[in-house]
Amino acid sequence: MTNIPETGRTPRVQIRLVVIQILVLSLLGTLGGRLWYLQIREGAAYQKEASGNHVQQVVDPAVRGDILDARGVPLADNETRLVVSASRTDLLKQKDDGEAVLTKLAGVLGMKPADVMRKVRLCDAETPQPCWNGSPYQPIPITDEATAKQALQIRERAEDFPGITAEPEAVRRYPGPGKSNTSQVLGYLSPVTDEEIQKAKDTDSPYLRSDMVGRSGLERQYDKALRGKAGVTRYEVDNLGRVIGKARSDAAESGSNLITSIDSRVQRVAEYELDKAMKVARQQYDKITGENYKADSGAVVVMEAKTGRVVAMASAPTYDPNVWVGGISAKDYKALTGKNSEYPLLNRAIQGQAAPGSTFKVVSTAAAVEAGYPFDGRYPCTSSYSVGSQVFKNFEGENFGPISLGRALEVSCDTVFYGLADKEWKRDGGINPEKGKPKDYFYKAAHQFGLGKETGVDLPNEVTGRVPDRQWKQDYWKANKDAWCKSGKKDGSYVEKIAYENCLEGNKMREGDSINYSIGQGDTLVTPIQEAAIYGAVANGGTLYQPTIGKAIVSADGRTVTEIKPKKNGRLPVSQATLKGMDEAFAGVITRGTAAWKFGGWPQDKIPLHAKTGTAEVYGKQTTSWLATYSKDYTVIMTIAQAGTGSGASGEAVRNIYSALYGVGGDGSVDKKRALLPEPQKSLPKVRPDGTIASPKVAGDPAKDVEASQQDNPSNDDGQTPATSPSPTTGNRDTRRRRRGRGSRRMPT
Amino acid sequence: MTSANSFSVSGYGPERAGWTRLFARDSLARRLDWPILLSALALSGIGSLLVYSATRNRTEINQGDPYYFLLRHLMNTGIGLALMIGTLWLGHRALRNAVPILYGLSVFGILAVLTPLGSTVNGAHSWIVLGGGFSLQPSEFVKITIILGMAMLLAARVDAGDKKYPDHRTVLQSLGLAAVPILIVLLMPDLGSVMVMVVIILGVLLASGASNRWVFGLITAGTVGAIAVWQLHILDDYQIARFAAFANPDLDPAGVGYNTNQARIAIGSGGLTGAGLFHGSQTTGQFVPEQQTDFVFTVAGEELGFLGAGLIILLLGIVLWRACRIARDSTELYGTVVAAGIIAWFAFQAFENIGMTLGIMPVTGLPLPFVSYGGSSMFAVWVAIGLLQSIKVQRPMSA
Repeated sequence: MTNIPETGRTPRVQIRLVVIQILVLSLLGTLGGRLWYLQIREGAAYQKEASGNHVQQVVDPAVRGDILDARGVPLADNETRLVVSASRTDLLKQKDDGEAVLTKLAGVLGMKPADVMRKVRLCDAETPQPCWNGSPYQPIPITDEATAKQALQIRERAEDFPGITAEPEAVRRYPGPGKSNTSQVLGYLSPVTDEEIQKAKDTDSPYLRSDMVGRSGLERQYDKALRGKAGVTRYEVDNLGRVIGKARSDAAESGSNLITSIDSRVQRVAEYELDKAMKVARQQYDKITGENYKADSGAVVVMEAKTGRVVAMASAPTYDPNVWVGGISAKDYKALTGKNSEYPLLNRAIQGQAAPGSTFKVVSTAAAVEAGYPFDGRYPCTSSYSVGSQVFKNFEGENFGPISLGRALEVSCDTVFYGLADKEWKRDGGINPEKGKPKDYFYKAAHQFGLGKETGVDLPNEVTGRVPDRQWKQDYWKANKDAWCKSGKKDGSYVEKIAYENCLEGNKMREGDSINYSIGQGDTLVTPIQEAAIYGAVANGGTLYQPTIGKAIVSADGRTVTEIKPKKNGRLPVSQATLKGMDEAFAGVITRGTAAWKFGGWPQDKIPLHAKTGTAEVYGKQTTSWLATYSKDYTVIMTIAQAGTGSGASGEAVRNIYSALYGVGGDGSVDKKRALLPEPQKSLPKVRPDGTIASPKVAGDPAKDVEASQQDNPSNDDGQTPATSPSPTTGNRDTRRRRRGRGSRRMPT
Repeated sequence: MTSANSFSVSGYGPERAGWTRLFARDSLARRLDWPILLSALALSGIGSLLVYSATRNRTEINQGDPYYFLLRHLMNTGIGLALMIGTLWLGHRALRNAVPILYGLSVFGILAVLTPLGSTVNGAHSWIVLGGGFSLQPSEFVKITIILGMAMLLAARVDAGDKKYPDHRTVLQSLGLAAVPILIVLLMPDLGSVMVMVVIILGVLLASGASNRWVFGLITAGTVGAIAVWQLHILDDYQIARFAAFANPDLDPAGVGYNTNQARIAIGSGGLTGAGLFHGSQTTGQFVPEQQTDFVFTVAGEELGFLGAGLIILLLGIVLWRACRIARDSTELYGTVVAAGIIAWFAFQAFENIGMTLGIMPVTGLPLPFVSYGGSSMFAVWVAIGLLQSIKVQRPMSA
C-alpha cells in the first residue's frame, strides 16, 4: 500500500468534490441552525401553542362565598338545586350520538325530546338559541329544576343514562332574613361577557365562560374574594378531540365569605320605616305646589359613629334581588332599568345627591368659627336679610333677635348665616376679588368636611356630590355659557333671566350665591353617605371615617380571617369647644328645636339624641327632606325627595329606628330586651371549625315588632298635622324653612 | 490483483486463524468504514424508537399491535444490513457489469407501478402492493440504477485512460439513460423522487468531471423545467397547495398549512431536551400526519428535543462526511462518481425531509434515510451503504 493513493484524478474533479463536500456541510448546518431557532429561541412560544393544542379544560365552578350580616345571618348565600347535565363527549361515543338516551331523559324530566336535543347542540353562527355556547367538554345543563325523584331515577339507572348526571349544584340566593331586602347594597350577578374574559385572560384571576360576575353592590366590590377559584380538570385530547388522558387538574377553591357590618334586623327596620315614611308623605298636602307630596325616592343610612361601619343602608324605590337569580327575564330587566322604572337599581344612599338644605349649617358654623366669629357670639336673627333689591327671608319671618351660632343651629335661623356668609364674601373682595386673595372659609370648610369627593365607602360607583366653589363655577360656566348666552333674555321669563345673568357673570361668585350656599341651597350637592360621615364625625369628636360595609373576609375553610379595619378620612376643622357647642345645639333640636315635635317623650336623659333638619329646594320639584341625627354610637341619616320638611317626612321613621336600636317603647321606657343593637356589634360572628359561620335565627319581622311597641308614642297621635303646626306637646316654634314667594330670592337651579 | 469478490482477503501474507484474520491489519473488518456503518445503524435504531413512538397508539393503522411498525422497521433494517453485505460481497465493480440487468429490472418495476398493479398513496401513484402488508416502491431502486448506470458510462473511458474527462457524447448517453426512468416517475407523479433524481444527476455529472457547460446547462434546464411545470399546470392541486402553504405557513392552518404548522409546533415545543420519548403530546395526540414516515423527524424534535434531533443531523453528517472521504479517496473515477451520486442523494433527501418539517422547504413525500419507516427506502439506502463500503475496501486493489 502506498501512503499516497494513486487516484489519477484531475484537479477539476478534486475541486468539485470539495465543493460538494462544502455544499453538503452547509446544508446540514442550515438544518442545525433552523432547528436551534425553532427549539431554543422560539421554543417557549411553540410549547404554549402545543399545550393549547392538546389540552381541553373542563371547569368545576367554585361555590361563591356568602355575604353575611354582622351576626352571621346570611344576606346572600347559595341554594342547592338539582341540575341534570349531559356530557357531549359521552353522548357522541354512542351509536346514535346519544339520541336514544336524550329521548329517554326527556321522558323522565317531562320535557319534549326535541327541546332536550336543542339544549345540547353547540352554538354556531347558524344555530339559534337554545344551544350550548360553552366548552363542548363541559357538562351541558339540561335543567336546574329537577326534582329529587327525577334525579334519583337518573342516578339509580345510571347504565340507562350514559353521559347523563344529576348533581346538586349551588345557585345564588338572597334569602332576605327577617323580610329585609338589602338589594342595592348586595348588588347582583350576571354572566361574564366575552370582553371581560378577554381582558382578564392574563391576570391572576381569569374568568371562565361559566362564571357569574358581581355587577353592583357588594357582589361587585368583593367579587374577587367571593368568587373563589374554579377548579379545572384538564384532559389531553388527540387531533380528533378524543380524550386520551388526564393532565394536571386543580381542585375548585370555594369563595371566601364576607361578613358585613349590616344588621339584617336594623336593615329591615330601616327599609320598612323609609317605605312607610314615603307612603305617609304621599298623603300629605304640599301647600306650595298645591298637590300631595310625590315622595318618589329616598334613602336611609344607619352608621356606627365611632367606626364608620354601616349598620343599615336602604334605598327606595327598591326591588327583589332574587329576580337576577337564574338569569333575569327581559321583562324584569326592563322593569328595573327602563325609562319608566324610577331606577330601583340605584343605591340612593351613595348615588343619590341633593342639596343638603339646613343640614349644611354644620359646615357653615364651622366655617364661621374658622373665619373668626366666636361660637358664642351674638348674631342678629332677623326676619329677613336684604342685599340690594333682593330680600332673603327667614321662614315665616320669625325673628329671634341676637343669638349665638348654637342657637342659630337649633332654631335653624337662616339670616344669621346669610349675614356671616355675606360679610365673608365682602371681605374676600366681593364680585371681583383679587386673584389668590379670597379666603373662602365657607368653601374650604366644605372640602374639609369631605364634600365634593367620594367618602370611599366599599361600594362601587359612589358619586361625589358637589361644592360650588369658584373653581367649579368657572368650569361650569365654561361648559354652559354658550347655551346660556343663546337662550338668555334680559326681560324674558324667569329661566331666561337666569340664563342671561349666568351668561354675563356665571363664572363669578356672586353675593347671592354665597348667601344661598351658606344654608345648603343652590348648587351644593351631597349624598346621604357623606352626611352620615359628617354627622358621625360630629358625634365621635371630630374624626371623619371612611364608611365601610365589609367587616371581614373569612376564607371558605374558616382558617383565614382578614378583618377590614375602619379607616379615617381625616378630621373636621372644628375645635373641641365648638364641637361641644354644636353637640348641645343638635341636642336642642331634639328637645326644643325643629325636630322636637317628632321626639316628644323620647328618653333624652338616658339616650341623648342629636339632630339637624333640612329642607332643600329643587327647581321645578317639591322640596327634598333631610334629617341628620346621631346618638352616642350611631348616626342615622334619612332623606326623601319631594317630601317636604326633614322632620315632617322623616322624624317618625328615624325615631322608630332609634327605638328599635335601643329598645325604646312608645312611652319613652327603655327595654334592653327589645333593643336590637344597643351597642355596635364589635365581635365577628363565630367561625366553626369546618369553616361555616354560626348565625342566629331571625324570626318574624323586626319592623312590625318595633311598630307595635310604638303604639303609645305621643308623637304618633292621629289628630296631629305635623306639616303645618308646631307640636303642642313641646310648645316649640316650628322653624322649618319654607320656600318664599317667587321672585323674593333667586331660585337655585 | 485479486478477484473482485474480496470477502476473504487472501494473497497477502500467511494464512491466519479466523479470529485473528478478521482483525488483521489488512482484513476486511479493518478496512470497512466503521463510522458510516455505525452511524447508519444508530440512525436506524433511533428511527425504530421514533417509529414506535409515532405508531403505538395509532390503532387504525397498526392493526391493534403497538409493536407492528417497530418490528417491521427492525426487520427492514435487518434486510437492509443483509443487502449491504450482499452488495459488499458482490462489489460495486461486479455490479457495474450487471447495470443493464438492474436497469432493465428497475425500469420494468416503475412501469409496473403505472399499470393497475400499482396503487396510489398520498397522491403519488408509486407503489406496488405485494400483499401481506408489504408493498414496494420501485422508484427508490431506480435511484441506485441511475447512479450505477451513469457512473458506468461516464467513467468507462476515463478509467480506461482514453480520456481525461467524459466527452459530450458520453454525457448525452448517460443523461438519456437517466431520462427514461425520470420521465416515468414524473408520470406517477412522484415529484419528490424526480427532484432527488435530478440532484443525483447533478452530483454525478459534477464528480465525473464533465464540462461545466453540462453542469450549468442542467441547472438551467431544471429551473426552466420547474417553471414550465408550474406554468403549464402539470402539477396536481395538492402539490400547488403544498407550495402555497410553504410560501405562507399561516395560510389556512386547519387545511393546507396544517401539516407544516403542526410539524413546526411539534418540533418547536421540544426545546433543548424534549418532552421525553413517548411523552410528546403532539405525537401522542397524532396532530402531525404521516409521522412514522415523512414527518418522523418531528417525533425526534418533540420528544428528544434539540439534543436528539441535532444528533440525527450529526449522524447524517458523519455518513455524508465519510462518503465524501470515500469519493475523494477512490482510486478510480467510477467509484468516485458512484459515491458522489450517493452523497447527492442522501444530502438532498435529508435536507428536503428535515427542511420541510422545519418549514424551510416545501412539503414533498420523501423519507428520511434510515429513520423513516418504509421498506423500499430502507433497502435502497443500505444498498447504497454497501456500495460505499465496497468502494472503500476495494480501493487498494484498483486495477
